[in-house]
Amino acid sequence: MDLLDDDGPGGPGGSNSPELTVSEITGAVKRTLEGEFSHVRVRGEVGRVVVARTGHMYFDLKDDRNVIASVSWKGQVARLSHRPEEGMEVIATGRLTTYGPQSKYQLNVEDVTPAGAGALMAMLEKRKAMLAAEGLFAEERKKPIPFLPEVIGVVTSPTGAVIRDILHRLRDRFPRKVLVWPVAVQGQQCAAQVAAAIEGFNRLTPGGPLPRPDLLIVARGGGSIEDLWGFNEEIVARAAAASEIPLISAVGHETDTTLIDFVSDRRAPTPTAAAELAVPVRVELAAAVDQMGARLTRAVGQGVQLRGQRLRDLSRALPRADALLDTPRQRLDRASDRLPNALRAATAQKAILLGRVAGSLRPSVLQGRITQERRVLDRLSGRLAPALQRQLRDSRKEIDETRRKAADLMDRAGAAIAATRTRHRDRLEALDRLRQSLGYERTLERGYAVVRGDGAVVKDTKAAGAAKVLEIQFADGKITVGSGASPAKKSSPSKPPEQGTLF
Amino acid sequence: MTGKPVEEMSFEEAIRELETVVGQLERGDVALEDSIALYERGAKLKARCDAKLKEAEEKVAKITFDETGAPTGTTPLDAG
Repeated sequence: MDLLDDDGPGGPGGSNSPELTVSEITGAVKRTLEGEFSHVRVRGEVGRVVVARTGHMYFDLKDDRNVIASVSWKGQVARLSHRPEEGMEVIATGRLTTYGPQSKYQLNVEDVTPAGAGALMAMLEKRKAMLAAEGLFAEERKKPIPFLPEVIGVVTSPTGAVIRDILHRLRDRFPRKVLVWPVAVQGQQCAAQVAAAIEGFNRLTPGGPLPRPDLLIVARGGGSIEDLWGFNEEIVARAAAASEIPLISAVGHETDTTLIDFVSDRRAPTPTAAAELAVPVRVELAAAVDQMGARLTRAVGQGVQLRGQRLRDLSRALPRADALLDTPRQRLDRASDRLPNALRAATAQKAILLGRVAGSLRPSVLQGRITQERRVLDRLSGRLAPALQRQLRDSRKEIDETRRKAADLMDRAGAAIAATRTRHRDRLEALDRLRQSLGYERTLERGYAVVRGDGAVVKDTKAAGAAKVLEIQFADGKITVGSGASPAKKSSPSKPPEQGTLF
Repeated sequence: MTGKPVEEMSFEEAIRELETVVGQLERGDVALEDSIALYERGAKLKARCDAKLKEAEEKVAKITFDETGAPTGTTPLDAG
């Protein structure tokens, strides 16, 4: 503050204020800030966290109004007791610095602690949800614990009650080779060391200078949540999940559950219980093996004995060989006796049969047969022509009959047609007579006449006057009256004078 | 019977097969020749189990590290 204090009273805008270069003022600000805030504890929420390739970590600390840029250098990041995570409420410890090239100031953070137990638990829940979502807690990931491990790797503090308890219980049950990988079980180094130990055990190769354990126990005694916190770290959980060697976790008391318990293959409530899960009880096994050996001997002995007994029983029931053969031998004797006779008799019988069959086989038999068949053939041939003739006659008679029927039908049809024609003609003549009697010609015969004028029938005097020529038809002929036909006019005087008087 | 030589079996494998062998013999449903062979295998398995049980020695060691943190060897650990 010296610089500013000294020059400040010079008055704002005073021309006698000394001119400062940008670097000078920047340096002054740097000195002031770093002098005044060389050790501060800042509480706030962690914003975005970025780890650069160089290993430096940049993050924001914020409250509801302001933000302060924060940075932890690579070396500091490794020593942080908690890695800041976005959304975490933390107390960051460090000092303010400036970054002149960008006119920025920032908090150089040397340590980060979660702000209160609530923040710790919230963070744990978040991690748990994340790892569960990745499937690291899945039952099917869990490997079976070997029945009797040869070498047990223990990750814990080399001093204290925990390793003592484990070794005691192992000695009681089944003494084994134990490799202890010493780690800090609390504090800032805890998580990294435990993770490195789990990975280190897994990197050991069988046959190497150090024997590779076939079972791991990660153990720690009880303590506060902060004490146990290392076993809640993500690197520890991931190392345990990635372990190819089956892993038993035993952290804290029975009521404490840390993140590693979710990913381990078995969770033991206490370190002692871990030892019990790790090995069976030797004495019990030895007893079981002895018992099995006794059963083995007894079973095979019994098997032989049983078979011997059965053999003796069967032998007793087995009949003598001579007695067995008696009956078949007797049968053989009897059969041998009967064999020559039987053969002779059979031959004789067959000879007789042959004689009988051969005797009836002669040419005359065949000849007789042929003659007989020929006779039958002749008889049938003689009957063939008359039968055909008869058939022909019958057919012809049938044809004649049919023809006669047809002629008869033709006659009847002709008569019927003629009768019909006569009947029609008679009817026509009758009709014509009727027609003539109804026609006007007959009326003429009774004294009537038909007058036609110019070809059309004249029915009244008006039409008669209009006509140039009148033609009158009588029963016996026609006359014409009018111009060019005076005689005709005179021959019919009756009508015109009548008309004249009327006019 | 598995093809694995008895000498290479773990205690658990040996005792599990021993149980099977004893069970077969006790049921008495194996041929006499087979039962003799089974007995011999059973005896071998039992010997293997006994040997594995006798191996019960306690050896507790602590891993030592070089300056880079890589494990180099062991020292006896006396945890009391």
